[in-house]
Amino acid sequence: MDRDQLLEIVREATVGVLGVDPAAVTAEAHFADDLDADSLALVEIIMAVEDRLDIQVPEEELKDVRTVGAALDLLASKVPAGA
Amino acid sequence: MTDRRRVVVTGVGLFTPAGNDPDTFWDVLVSGRSTAAPIEAFSTEGHPISYGCEVRDFDPEARFGFKEARRIDRAAQLGVAAASDAVTSAFGDGGPAGAGHDPARAGVVAGTGIGGLRTLEDQIAVFHDRGPSRVSPLLVPMMMANATAGLIGIEWGLTGPNFCVATACAAGANSIGEAARLIREGSCDVVVAGGTECALTPVALAAFWRMGALSSNPDPAAASRPFDAARDGFVMGEGAAFLVLEEAEAADARGATVWGEVLGYGRTCDAHHITAPADTGSGAVACMEAALTDAGLSPADIGHVNAHGTSTPLNDAAESAAVTKVFGPGAVPVTSTKGVTGHLIGAAGAVEAVASLLAIRHGQAPPTANFDQRGEGIDVDVIAGGPRTVGAKPVLSNSFGFGGHNATLVFG
Repeated sequence: MDRDQLLEIVREATVGVLGVDPAAVTAEAHFADDLDADSLALVEIIMAVEDRLDIQVPEEELKDVRTVGAALDLLASKVPAGA
Repeated sequence: MTDRRRVVVTGVGLFTPAGNDPDTFWDVLVSGRSTAAPIEAFSTEGHPISYGCEVRDFDPEARFGFKEARRIDRAAQLGVAAASDAVTSAFGDGGPAGAGHDPARAGVVAGTGIGGLRTLEDQIAVFHDRGPSRVSPLLVPMMMANATAGLIGIEWGLTGPNFCVATACAAGANSIGEAARLIREGSCDVVVAGGTECALTPVALAAFWRMGALSSNPDPAAASRPFDAARDGFVMGEGAAFLVLEEAEAADARGATVWGEVLGYGRTCDAHHITAPADTGSGAVACMEAALTDAGLSPADIGHVNAHGTSTPLNDAAESAAVTKVFGPGAVPVTSTKGVTGHLIGAAGAVEAVASLLAIRHGQAPPTANFDQRGEGIDVDVIAGGPRTVGAKPVLSNSFGFGGHNATLVFG
């Protein structure tokens, strides 16, 4: 799975939680400042991605995630190689 | 008592099975027709009771937007929406601050019996099906009983006293009474007060049925029949109502439209049984007497009683005995809103406060739906068949909750 595919999955999850314009969900977007997402929303977004990809992201690893790009990095590290 | 700060009602908002604005609500109340119908919110397959009184035409996304609507349980959605309608009817879109009130002296008292029960039930199922890691991070803020109070404060920037009252079916009335006391004591100049409930959920429907509280009448429209001989329980409802209470001189100074005045408030406890009322209605008697004393009125000053009148055999008999003890046999007309609306639990007292204020405005008391034949031992003068002209005299409104909580409000 490449980064663009992962971004598309995160975008869908983010739109599903926040109802934002899909175009606003870019790798550079800041969850709080650009998307008005708080920590609870971020947990919801990651949960939706976990379900979609059948992966697990430990809660404590989310605490430094501020941008969509950071979330992509974290999620990429959890997706099995070749998936 | 002459120098006590007076408390008037300057705003009203509600979402009920009988309508989502005061005029519609009044028209449905006066019609005397029950709003009970088959439940649409969830499948009632396997439930022996399949009807209730639901709020129709409420669009949470239109009120709150997509993101917020899915972060707020229906109970709080109904409550916050009702509170917003009350606030805008009193002050316009600028709220209390826009009308010159100090936000630090503006409070919220929000009653509920339970809180975000629908979300809690859904998430318990998620937990059992999929384990702890799939439980929503929003469960806590969505289920907590005080969510409505907090959200109203956030929406309008009210930083004064803010709390939730959870006295079961007395919560709506207790909230208005405690709010009035905040103004009287000088802590607040304005308080948004009322109650909300959405206990129309699969498990709650089963639970209230199992405890024998619900009517099993096969005809939904005939099931809620307060004080009637054939009454066999209440009909579960959902809804919310909020009032804006304001210190009378401040309301007068800004030329506010005044719905009425909170003249008196009483609250007592039966200290008898966790669900059953005391047979003689002793706690209710004490409560009504306390409210009348607080109002500086005698029983003869009251135009009619808006009863708790749930349509359960026990409540209505005990309340009839209590009203008779306070007022004398057949001495005061009595109506129950619940024949039309069903039982809105923690919202009931607030919805019935609106009914009481509307009755004063119209000089009429609405009828009790489905009162066809007086129940045994029911000695009160039940208003039925159509509205009764009672004039603009003060109304005494009762609310009683599981736990033995009694709350009585007197409006004038």
